[in-house]
Amino acid sequence: MTLLEASGLAVRYGPGCPRCLESTGDREGTNQCPHCGSVVACADADLSVEAGEVLGVVGESGSGKSSLAELLALERDDDATTAGEVRYAGHDGNLLDVDYETRHDLRTGEIALVHQHIRDGLTLEFTGGGNVAEQLLSAGWRSYEDVRERVRELFEATEIPVARMDDPTSTYSGGMQRRVQIARALATDPDLVVLDEPTAGLDVSVQARVLDTFRRVQREAGVAAIVVSHDLSVVRLLADRTLVMRHGRVVESGLTDRVMEDPHHEYTQTLINSVI
Amino acid sequence: MTVLSVDGLSKTFDMHVLGDTQVVGLENVSFAVREGEFLAVVGESGSGKSSLLKCLYRTYDPSSGAVVYHGPDGDVDLASCPDRTVIDLRGDAIGYTSQFLDEIPRVPAVDVVARPLVEQGLDREDARGTARELLAALSVPEALWRAYPATFSGGERQRVNLAQALAPQPELLLLDEPTSALDPETRQAAIDLLSTSLGSETTIIGVFHDADVVEAVADRVLVLEDGRLQRVVPVDDYDREVVVG
Amino acid sequence: MTEQPAADEGAPGEGTTDGGTPTATDTADGGTPVPTASVDAALASLEDDGLRGYNYAYLDEHTKREVRRAMLKAVAIPGHQVPYASRPMPLARGWGTGGIQASLSLLGPGDTFKVIDQGADGSVNAANIRRLADNTADVTTTTDTTGADLIQSRHRIPEEVLTDDQRLVLQVPITDPLRNVDPSDAANRRRHAHANYGKMWVHLYENVVEYGEINIAARYPTMVAGRYLMDPSPIPRWDVPKLDDADHLTILAAGREARIYAVPPHTAVEPLAFTDREFTVERFPDQACHACGSTDTYLVEVSEEATDRGADAFETRYACNDTSFCEKRREHPELSKDHHLDREGVDWGPGTPDAAADDDTGSAADQGGTGQ
Repeated sequence: MTLLEASGLAVRYGPGCPRCLESTGDREGTNQCPHCGSVVACADADLSVEAGEVLGVVGESGSGKSSLAELLALERDDDATTAGEVRYAGHDGNLLDVDYETRHDLRTGEIALVHQHIRDGLTLEFTGGGNVAEQLLSAGWRSYEDVRERVRELFEATEIPVARMDDPTSTYSGGMQRRVQIARALATDPDLVVLDEPTAGLDVSVQARVLDTFRRVQREAGVAAIVVSHDLSVVRLLADRTLVMRHGRVVESGLTDRVMEDPHHEYTQTLINSVI
Repeated sequence: MTVLSVDGLSKTFDMHVLGDTQVVGLENVSFAVREGEFLAVVGESGSGKSSLLKCLYRTYDPSSGAVVYHGPDGDVDLASCPDRTVIDLRGDAIGYTSQFLDEIPRVPAVDVVARPLVEQGLDREDARGTARELLAALSVPEALWRAYPATFSGGERQRVNLAQALAPQPELLLLDEPTSALDPETRQAAIDLLSTSLGSETTIIGVFHDADVVEAVADRVLVLEDGRLQRVVPVDDYDREVVVG
Repeated sequence: MTEQPAADEGAPGEGTTDGGTPTATDTADGGTPVPTASVDAALASLEDDGLRGYNYAYLDEHTKREVRRAMLKAVAIPGHQVPYASRPMPLARGWGTGGIQASLSLLGPGDTFKVIDQGADGSVNAANIRRLADNTADVTTTTDTTGADLIQSRHRIPEEVLTDDQRLVLQVPITDPLRNVDPSDAANRRRHAHANYGKMWVHLYENVVEYGEINIAARYPTMVAGRYLMDPSPIPRWDVPKLDDADHLTILAAGREARIYAVPPHTAVEPLAFTDREFTVERFPDQACHACGSTDTYLVEVSEEATDRGADAFETRYACNDTSFCEKRREHPELSKDHHLDREGVDWGPGTPDAAADDDTGSAADQGGTGQ
């Protein structure tokens, strides 16, 4: 079952001009329009996600992958001009056009975002449990014991020591904070989780465990995911299919192992050959 | 009953990083495999053995030709079907293992082996039970089951890898040099396991460079030379002189 | 609302034509009668004129009108914080400047005014505010809750049930309940706009984690008409149920923050709580007011000289926080909180006849160990 189908997604920063699209992209070698100076963070992006599937998005910084992820996670950036269409199972119309209330409901129920920066996703003054509980409480849970039980369950699933549940999140390690984000994202059993650079800021030794945890809970919950990373190995380990982005355009897509082992596009070949 | 029909399979690589040169991997390869058959793929290094398996698994995008899998739900051309069909088939029907273990670091060996089963929906503890049996059958020391494969020797890692491929009991199993790093004793264990643990309906296509293994497990032998199919013969007619690692 | 604008004392028609500045005194010519030749002369002149030189109810008519407009808007959108042009008052900010602006804008010469500070009519602050209204608005003042048309209060709602011809003005130090969870007013305004109160719920959740129950002493976050989250000002939890479906109008006014909000009569006011960690009011097990013997009123600990135990000896005792009602109870110990009403079924929070019927935890008398 197709969960999400997006076409013609575009994010632009700046005034824009009629020549923006033709003057940017992979062939032009830039994402900045030479005529009006606007940055076309991403354009012409089409993608679809099946229920339970993991889609990877790779590219170097500035390739537009985070802009794409934020657009799909219904994050709003007042500085950006966006275009395109996102169809989502069970919803009429374009998901990019929904009002605040619908967006809020979707974000507390069906589509979760794990932010690249911990600060954007968690309130560090709250307890770890409180951060997870917030998602449930925002979705209308009103029984304290139910909330408590669900938070405990999520802590166990994401391998955060339950004993630390009532400590301020600021006292957690980076890996634990990332797990709290994942637990929070999964709290209301969403259909789709968008992870923006899930290993950002983590020690190498911690990265693997976080990825493994995510993959396990992702499979167990049957939740679909869009994983955005500059790190090929993150996408290789998590994603069924992968998009490669450069200069704001999707330059290649396919089965993750196919993209990694039989890259067609020149840029992808360079990217694969650059892995140390 | 034929499980897989390969017809005119070719693979050419466009190497943009090498100044747009083209590298031929496979050229016009055709063969068919019957249900329950064990087909060994042999050939010199660089003859295209691994490329062939990867084309069958769609890790490589075939340039031309057809790879038709005659599954329970009908025929699927693995060379041209949508990515998602491939993903679905990989989930239960078609297994693949390479000589290199490709796993998330810091996951215990038993969970590495159990993972495909868990992804099929099996209970975690049941999956671990099966995983332990397979690891034991492949003589992986019990002390290593809770350890991370990244710290293992090549042979130990390869056995974990093989156990992972065998665990879900796929209908078609693609093995790329699964025993290359094993010492004779464990290799024998692996061979025993291959011939006993799988049901008679499991079809295996395996790349081997070891003639003893080929003779022990294979029904037929496919010989590749410079990306071309040289011949497919029953294992009894197979001239072991051509096999070079 | 029953009060008439203060400007009615002048000729009503003129009020709009001459710039809207008629006052209680005869300064309609626009000049000031105060000579400025010397400070002494100015002071002497003020003494001669009494109120002359000041507007009726201290504030000029434009200001009062603007405050009234803000109040009307606040009534129209219950619980929503309405900005207004808070003026400097002859009180320090934080001493009830918002409350007095609201009161002075509402009061007319026929009104009776009561001011309490933490339940006491006699505190310096309450007395000052009362005197300002007395001096400038020509109102009658009282300490009797049932006799007042308008009650201005800091941090309490009286024990005696307020009626539909009374108004309550509460002084508010901090207007936004969400400031406890996020210092950004801009972000909080967005949350109010979308009724997005998840962060406050987390605050309550963590409160229960820490104390086993919701342990917010004052400023209890409260939903008004199911829409806006409101800071009911630092009244104790004891007083919060009195706002729910009340007969009277409550105006909450903050001078420093220049915001006014309101709970109109018969509006649903619901303190936030979990279904399994309910809202409870303060408990005073086995305590009674040492002066009047009440066990159904909000009690505070007082430390008093124990004269029978010699000089410098002190003892801690419990006393009614509402001094006016306490005095009445001393005369008539059985006086009920709705003694002045001639109707049944009064639910005015803790200690009123029908409160216990629908809210066990609201009754002070039988507070055992519930809510643990």
